[in-house]
Amino acid sequence: MSEPLIRFHDVDFSYGPDRPVLKGCDFQLPPHGRVALVGPNGCGKTTLLHLIVGLLRPDAGRIEAFGKVRSAEADFHEVRRRAGLLFQDADDQLFCPTVCEDVAFGPMNLGKTRGESRRIVDETLDALGLAGYQHRITYRLSGGEKRLVALATVLAMQPEVLLLDEPTSGLDDRATDRLAEILAGLPQALIVASHDREFLDRVTTSTVRLEDGKTR
Amino acid sequence: MTLDHHPAASYLARIDPRARVVAVVLLAIAIAAADRFAVPATALAAGLLGTLCSGVSMPTAVRRLLPLNVLMLLMALVLPLTTPGQPVLEIGWLSFSREGFELAALIAVKGNAIVLLLLVLLDSLDATTLGHTLSHLRVPDKLTHLLLFTVRYLDVLHREYLRMRAAMKVRAFRPRMNRHTYRTYGHLVGMLLVRSFERSERIVAAMKCRGFHGRFYLFEHFHFSRRDVPFCAVSLLLLLTLVLMEWA
Repeated sequence: MSEPLIRFHDVDFSYGPDRPVLKGCDFQLPPHGRVALVGPNGCGKTTLLHLIVGLLRPDAGRIEAFGKVRSAEADFHEVRRRAGLLFQDADDQLFCPTVCEDVAFGPMNLGKTRGESRRIVDETLDALGLAGYQHRITYRLSGGEKRLVALATVLAMQPEVLLLDEPTSGLDDRATDRLAEILAGLPQALIVASHDREFLDRVTTSTVRLEDGKTR
Repeated sequence: MTLDHHPAASYLARIDPRARVVAVVLLAIAIAAADRFAVPATALAAGLLGTLCSGVSMPTAVRRLLPLNVLMLLMALVLPLTTPGQPVLEIGWLSFSREGFELAALIAVKGNAIVLLLLVLLDSLDATTLGHTLSHLRVPDKLTHLLLFTVRYLDVLHREYLRMRAAMKVRAFRPRMNRHTYRTYGHLVGMLLVRSFERSERIVAAMKCRGFHGRFYLFEHFHFSRRDVPFCAVSLLLLLTLVLMEWA
């Protein structure tokens, strides 16, 4: 069996002494795995995703990603490039004035030239059915459009793993349907934190339940 | 300048924004620095002519000029009292000086001329384009980012504010002149600050995830075209006229 893409080993995490979240948490994302992450509100789904990309650091335990133990900020630069996180609130993710600039932000940071970035922007938007959105102003998009553009900003970095935090929250049935269709067609391994069972059934193939700080 | 983008129709709205910003800045400096009355008066006439030609509607122009002129009216009352000179009007022990009236008139004409030129040249720019324009004009990145982030998140924060106001209203909150009201408004502003701070942290996190290392990249490009030449010529001519009137 090949190495998992991401592995948590006995991870503890708390937001202060009175708010423990994860306690002895083990977790694995196998290659090509499509994992649904479920559990009650506040059980630590978002925390787990943020730990993977190093936005939070564990109090104890070991996090491995792409075959290496990751502990310092510098270790996570590579993880963030290879694992794309879609935030719960698209308004947090889209901060550039226009869609084109926002989607190009990641590729430019990765050292792509202006021409390459522009090509990536066009291809990514095309693939998501957002052709022609390049010059739209981000804050004037609808909720569903914002979510798809946020997904485009993540996909533009060509990640190997997608981490999706409540991707359907605030979306209507049609937007949810479209998102599920797009995600089902993507080749990447992914982790989806959500409460939407129907959506999870369409997009993922296995389920991890997070409860009392542990996975089961 | 507006937050909302409206379709550019007039000739002026299609001029390279960089040329417009540079023109308005230079003209404003020339007008503000002038001592002779004829200089801002000429600029005001040019501004009025521009307003008529550029398709800015009269109600819009009046609405923009109104707050300025309320302030000017106050000055016209105060300056004659505080500027020493030949009295033209005496009411009891109050004495209004001629020099004071002249000064107030000069300032009023200057102010109106500059605001009119701003209106004519920059009204059709939305804030995002202005941000890009400033960035292309080598205004420090920190300032343009501040402007662009403000534009981007003003609406988000405003919606957050409205949601909290609605939450207060549905629980029967009515502002009155009492401690409860002040305390509630205090909470409202405090919560808005806390939420904005938390949002800014989430945004930084999102930026880090995409490999942010202190640089933004601009994709908007402006092109100086033949259409812009007459505009630049007219602006330059106006600027030269103003400068010569003052110093020749």
